[in-house]
Amino acid sequence: MDEKYKQYWKRNLTILVSLLIGWFVFSYGLGILFAEPLNSIRFGGFKMGFWFAQQGSQYAFIIIIFLYVYLMNRLDREFDVREE
Amino acid sequence: MEIQTWTFIIVGATFALYIGIAIWSRAGTTKDFYVAGGNVPPLFNGMATAADWMSAGSFISMAGMIAFLGYDGSVYLMGWTGGYVLLALLLAPYLRKFGKFTVPDFVGDRYYSSGARMVAVFCAVFISFTYVAGQMRGTGIVFSRFLNVEIEIGVVIGMIIVFFYAVMGGMKGITYTQVAQYCVLIFAYLVPVIFISIMMTGNALPQLGFGGTLEDGTYLLDRLDGLSEELGLAMYTSGNKPMIDVFFITAALMIGTAGLPHVIVRFFTVPRVRDARTSAGYALIFIVLLYSTAPALAAFAKVNLVDTIHNTQYSEVPDWFTNWEQTGLVEFNDLNNDGIINYSGDPATNELRIDPDIIVLANPEIAGLPNWVIGLVAAGGLAAALSTAAGLLLVISTSVAHDLFKRTLKPDLSDKNELWIARIAAGFAVIVAGYFGINPPGFVAQTIAFAFGLAAASFFPAIILGIFYKKMNKEGAIAGMIVGVFFTASYIIYFTFIRPELNNPDHWLFGISPEGIGTLGMLLNMAVALVVVRFTKSPPQHIQELVENIRVPGKRS
Repeated sequence: MDEKYKQYWKRNLTILVSLLIGWFVFSYGLGILFAEPLNSIRFGGFKMGFWFAQQGSQYAFIIIIFLYVYLMNRLDREFDVREE
Repeated sequence: MEIQTWTFIIVGATFALYIGIAIWSRAGTTKDFYVAGGNVPPLFNGMATAADWMSAGSFISMAGMIAFLGYDGSVYLMGWTGGYVLLALLLAPYLRKFGKFTVPDFVGDRYYSSGARMVAVFCAVFISFTYVAGQMRGTGIVFSRFLNVEIEIGVVIGMIIVFFYAVMGGMKGITYTQVAQYCVLIFAYLVPVIFISIMMTGNALPQLGFGGTLEDGTYLLDRLDGLSEELGLAMYTSGNKPMIDVFFITAALMIGTAGLPHVIVRFFTVPRVRDARTSAGYALIFIVLLYSTAPALAAFAKVNLVDTIHNTQYSEVPDWFTNWEQTGLVEFNDLNNDGIINYSGDPATNELRIDPDIIVLANPEIAGLPNWVIGLVAAGGLAAALSTAAGLLLVISTSVAHDLFKRTLKPDLSDKNELWIARIAAGFAVIVAGYFGINPPGFVAQTIAFAFGLAAASFFPAIILGIFYKKMNKEGAIAGMIVGVFFTASYIIYFTFIRPELNNPDHWLFGISPEGIGTLGMLLNMAVALVVVRFTKSPPQHIQELVENIRVPGKRS
């Protein structure tokens, strides 16, 4: 039985690490570290680096949380640990 | 109708609503008082979390700060939203599974130590008091500007309202008033911005109007960059803070957000682990509604402001300028006596001082919107301040009643008496907060950096290590928290109180400002904890089982 929970936790950590990479890339990466080179790309009135810092990162955060909700609910069902 | 009449009607109606909800949702047990019975639906918890989180600062000051900081203002936008990813992924579900009442509860139980619990109680109370003083002050300021009452009387009115629902209803009362307050504040924030976006860019969505064109066909943001250059200010879309500082401030605000006790406890109130995950997502949607609008408002208002005021004859300024001059939020000092307002990035020739708060507060007047919109903005500012104040006061009251009395001093306390102590503590906290609102310590702005820095350097690492590192023991956690807090607090105190004249990039450690130092404090906390744990005893078996247990939702078979 313990093996099952170890597996669950491992899969959970994989999901966390992949999503946190996304979190880092969309805020610190595109909004800060690479903001300056990205600013040479334009999208309507927005320079891309500036857009990621003031708009895009926020939308990415929402998508990341709901991806997490979806992936974890699926994992809970697969391992039969879903609460009623 | 007059502005004042509208304001009285709208503010009065919202207050009546909050009191009505308070009476309807009285708390009967400590579980009601601490975690609203643990059965708040996730959607409501999302709204309540958003209102809990968005303070007077977010509502009144943030757009203005962004208008003056440009790109550098992004630290607030990313920092105060990105923290929810950390909350949702790393904290909320596990703390919900743990299923107790407070953050010190978790720290004390996980590290099997009343010493660790006391360190956590101290940090929670300190963080909450520094933060709540600003909210009471914000309440007083809104009252004085919109309703012409003294700031002191405004603070007292705010105290009475909060006292009513926080003391009677505890978390249950707070939760449902926060749901109402969220609706009021978001409506009040969005209505004027949508009007302005349509007027300036022809686009009803401020998030799109932000990247749109003005009447003459130039892009709004290009216009802003042009104006900045003309006035000798930093480029709006690239800013001038060093990159490392932007990085560290953003991180400190994100981690601090995830470590603030009044936000964390909101996730104790939902029924199940998966509800904690979902409600973090809902909370972020509700927060981003305001946070993605704020930078658009900042850009609209700045162009508008510079266009109407810069290079204008003082005798020809619009009415709102003279109105707000009386409050001291704008000041014109005619240095060269030519009667023309010159706004410039060069302090030697700049004749205009603008308080950032004016961007939101005077916004409806600048855009020439109807009087009821102005009343709405007042009600929105009050909703933002009162909802945050209530959440913080509750943390103070539960820390005292539950963690100090029930769990440490008097374990045989009956539920009924514990509830009474919680109410008395809440009442007492309201009075202390009101006192600081009326007599603010002269460093309100710095205390916000303080609250976030300390939350980042104390709770966040202790909780994360407690969940993700089973072998973390009490010696490591306590040593880490003490070093993290001590380092962060000394750095901030040194640069803001002892040697403020040295507070510039040349003297900062690695170029990190006091606002961003909490990130380093957090790393230091973790490093110390991970070293100390190698030389001390592993935690007892039942603690390791507790950790395994909170990692999986549902009952273990």
